Formats: sequence, C-alpha cells, structure tokens
Amino acid sequence: MKIFSAYKEGRLTLYLHGELDHHGVKNSMDLIDKLIDEFMPKDCIVELSKLNFMDSSGIALILKIHKRMNQRGGRAWVENADSQPLRVIDASGIDRIMKVGLSKEVMK
Amino acid sequence: MKSKNYAKFEFPAKSCNEAFARSCVAAFAAQLDPTIDELGDIKTSVSEAVTNAVVHAYPSTLGTIYLKLRILGEDTIEITVKDRGKGIEDVKMAMEPLFTTGGDDRSGMGFTIMDSFMDKMKVTSRPGKGTSVVMCRRIRAKNELE
Repeated sequence: MKIFSAYKEGRLTLYLHGELDHHGVKNSMDLIDKLIDEFMPKDCIVELSKLNFMDSSGIALILKIHKRMNQRGGRAWVENADSQPLRVIDASGIDRIMKVGLSKEVMK
Repeated sequence: MKSKNYAKFEFPAKSCNEAFARSCVAAFAAQLDPTIDELGDIKTSVSEAVTNAVVHAYPSTLGTIYLKLRILGEDTIEITVKDRGKGIEDVKMAMEPLFTTGGDDRSGMGFTIMDSFMDKMKVTSRPGKGTSVVMCRRIRAKNELE
C-alpha cells in the first residue's frame, strides 16, 4: 500500500492506494502519526478511491486515525470507498461512529 | 462431498504472504466464474484467516500456514486455512465481535467478517496443536443474479 497526503486550510487528506491489509498497515500508522503531528489538522480525510482491497486491518487503521483526531478535538471521515472496502466498512459498523461517504456528500 | 478440483499451498507465516494467499484463492476460484463482489468476499475472508495465523499462531517461531482449496459439487469453493501453532484457548470468545488479543493494531472483526461473507465457517482449535478454519462459499450462476 502507498499513502499520499495533501494539506490545505486545516484539512489533511490521506490518499490510500493499493491493498490495505495487515502487512500494509504495519508501517503506515507511524507515517500517519507523523503527518498528523506535523500538520495538526482540524479535519483528516481518509480517501479510498484508489484502494483496491481492504480487510479488517484497514478498519483498525481507520479507527486509530479517528481516535487520534478525536483526542486532538478534530474530526476524521472516510471518502470514496470502492465496493469491496465499502462492504468491509459496512460489516464492521464503523459508519456508526464516523462519517463514510462520497466526497460530494460528506461534510464540507 | 467429492471434490472436482483442488489445490494446496504452504508458505511461512509472514505478513507479505497475506496478499499471496488472496491471489492464490482468487486464481483458483476463477474457474467458478464468480462476480467481482463474490470474489471480493472470498478474498477478504482468506485475508482475515491468513492474517489471524500470521499474527497469532506462531508468537516465537516462523511457522507454516497451510492453504487448501477445493471445488465441491458444481458451484462451491471450500477454503481451509490451517496452522500448527499455539491454538486458541476459547474459540467462542475469539469469535465474539471486537474481541482481540492483538492490541489496537487489530480490530477484532476478522471472524465476524469471515462469518458474514462466507456461507459456512467452522473453526477448530487445540491449544498447543494449532487452528483450522474451514469456509465455504457457493458461487451463484449468472442467471440467478437477476
């Protein structure tokens, strides 16, 4: 998995590309922590349009980002998940604690 | 049930082999002509089972994971993921949603996802001997999908 990031006006977007499994997650959280520490964003968007595959390891990663942002008084949400990652997200129920949707409809 | 085709793989319990296992199963399942969604469900379930073995089965050694695939009848794939690792003390508790011994790196959703994405799932484990997860999924004929 590759992570690309963009920061603009208090909003950090993390673009996750490729396959997000336990192997991919292992080294990603350090990088994401670093980005959050560096930019101190108000909002963090997990952008999944280029993510081909995700399993429950991805849920753990997204929950961690959600928790980090909450601790700092910020918000995190998930955008543009394709059908397979979306099925895992639905099965996990994380959409009950954070917003999941298309970039058009999620909060602006 | 007599199987019409089968494949067996074994590989070390390294996390880089999670993607390898998914690809093996996807290639084998192709003969049943699954939809992208069916294939996604199967790959996700295999990823969960293999990840469990990588994370939990062999805490102090690099053990082996055994992956066995069978076609049952005309339209069903059976997947067995087995290890000879430390086993699970309490399978029922391990299968509870959100239960994990893996800290906050793990969501505790693995068995829940396997159970909901596959038609059947059975976990057998003996402490000190290892764990086996057997899952089946029927691939629906295309004319059933409408």
